[in-house]
Amino acid sequence: MVESTIHATQAVVTLDVALPGIIWGWMITLNMWAKSIGTGVILVGAFLLYRHKKEEMPNLRWTMPLISFVALNVFLLFTLVDLHQPYRMINIFLHPHWTSAITVGAWMASLFTGLITVMMLIGGFDAFPDFRKHCPVGKKVREISPFYEKIFPFVVFLAIPVTLYTAIIMAESSARELWQAPTEVMQMMWAALLAGSAALIFVSDSWSREARKDLALVLAIATFFSFMMYMGEYFFSFKSAEAEATLEYVHAGGSYNVEFWFAMVLGFILPFFLAVSNMKSDNKTLLRFAAIVALVGLYLAKDVWLKIPQMLPLS
Amino acid sequence: MKLGFLVDLNLCMGCKGCEIACKVENNVPLSTWRLRVKYIDIGTFPNTSRSFTPLRCNHCENAPCERICPVSALHYLENGIVNVDSARCIGCAGCMMACPYGAIYMDPETNTADKCTYCAHRIESGMMPACVVACPVEANIFGDVEDDTSHISQYIMEHQGGVQVRKPEKHTDPKHYYVGGGTYTLDPLAHERIEGYSLFNNITHLEAVGDKNHGVLDRFLAPFTSHGHTDNKSFMDFDKKEHESHEEEGGH
Repeated sequence: MVESTIHATQAVVTLDVALPGIIWGWMITLNMWAKSIGTGVILVGAFLLYRHKKEEMPNLRWTMPLISFVALNVFLLFTLVDLHQPYRMINIFLHPHWTSAITVGAWMASLFTGLITVMMLIGGFDAFPDFRKHCPVGKKVREISPFYEKIFPFVVFLAIPVTLYTAIIMAESSARELWQAPTEVMQMMWAALLAGSAALIFVSDSWSREARKDLALVLAIATFFSFMMYMGEYFFSFKSAEAEATLEYVHAGGSYNVEFWFAMVLGFILPFFLAVSNMKSDNKTLLRFAAIVALVGLYLAKDVWLKIPQMLPLS
Repeated sequence: MKLGFLVDLNLCMGCKGCEIACKVENNVPLSTWRLRVKYIDIGTFPNTSRSFTPLRCNHCENAPCERICPVSALHYLENGIVNVDSARCIGCAGCMMACPYGAIYMDPETNTADKCTYCAHRIESGMMPACVVACPVEANIFGDVEDDTSHISQYIMEHQGGVQVRKPEKHTDPKHYYVGGGTYTLDPLAHERIEGYSLFNNITHLEAVGDKNHGVLDRFLAPFTSHGHTDNKSFMDFDKKEHESHEEEGGH
């Protein structure tokens, strides 16, 4: 080919300004990771309540909203901290722009966190009847105890869009072609199921063996499909020149290559085999280990996937 | 009315007059640019040529930055300009992630997103954008693309087939056109960006988005303290220790 022999078409930038580096960094990774736990425990909890009797999972009623509450607050904190003008967050509520997934997500996540707070209070006060027995707040909360079961179906339904809206933000980030809406949506959903099942494993000591087996099953399925999604995107993103250029750089051993494979092994491959083996032999320690590595690996995977398309010069 | 820009790259000689005029007119802080001129060398010695490409906001009709902005800080004006309301911006950087042209920056002084507004304040007073006035060869052509008699419309008609936009595959419908450009000048994937190398310094990437001295805590404390403000004058304070060595800054 003539262009490769005479180098007449070699084009090199010889003078330009410094470009921005990583714009959305670890705080956004942590934000997404925490949200996956926050909504995932609700989705997986609902699945377990559908499959098993409440008595088989005695602490689920209060631990599920408690874990979700903590994770959602981490998510909201880092959403706020990442803003360059954090006090102006209020503008999302005062001047909402509804074409933005950031706006829609902020409204939904706020409502979701509010409902989770109510569920956590009811679940907590019901689980510990002697705690603040004569406190007026405790009394009031215990009075509205049936409200928990009434709002739970709505909370489960709301957990789905709250899980998925970040994928739409990434899709709206049209400068980064690696992030495509359908794949990101599925990645977010699998991440929530993975994180939810992993988080619930830590409180499943007193549960029936069958319930724990279901947790292991959800973890195994979620890790398997997450891994498949990442592999498909990592090796076969042919349809966009920018995505290809990004991945080509990573494939060639560029930045984040090691972190990516570390994340795949730690987050998906290892916990998959541990979870599958645990479905036959009920080993609580091993299952907890699977949960820990899955959560660490998920963070790393999200971190790599967030950062690599930002390395590409846009102009 | 739909205001648009056209740059004739055959005329541009890379003097950077437009870049400086923009900086001065809009008080654009150091380390950020609303308009920049990129030099690209094509071919191998002795058969080489150098091209100059002014890059600024494309004021897209289907602007991804406007769509993703959660508070409408980025909004359309009636004349088609995509404007920024920095008083409303929350600094989420969503627009920086959405703009396929890398035209938006985080202002290190205000910590809000900013970009070229086609000098909307000058347009309002019936003046031309500062970069148009500064161009010694009239390579920048500005006007109403919906008016058949405007200079820009006639220029586009005269150069039919030779008018290009950046990244048309993004379907953003840019209102910023180029004549005399090619894939090598307009597509960032078509030219190599050798890391650590450019004509005058070794800085290829900015250290931080926005003000690098404005950490997480400062973002919350800024309204109550006065130490967070950085302006162009503070960069000129050479008594500061960090300015002792030019090499550390990547300069010569």
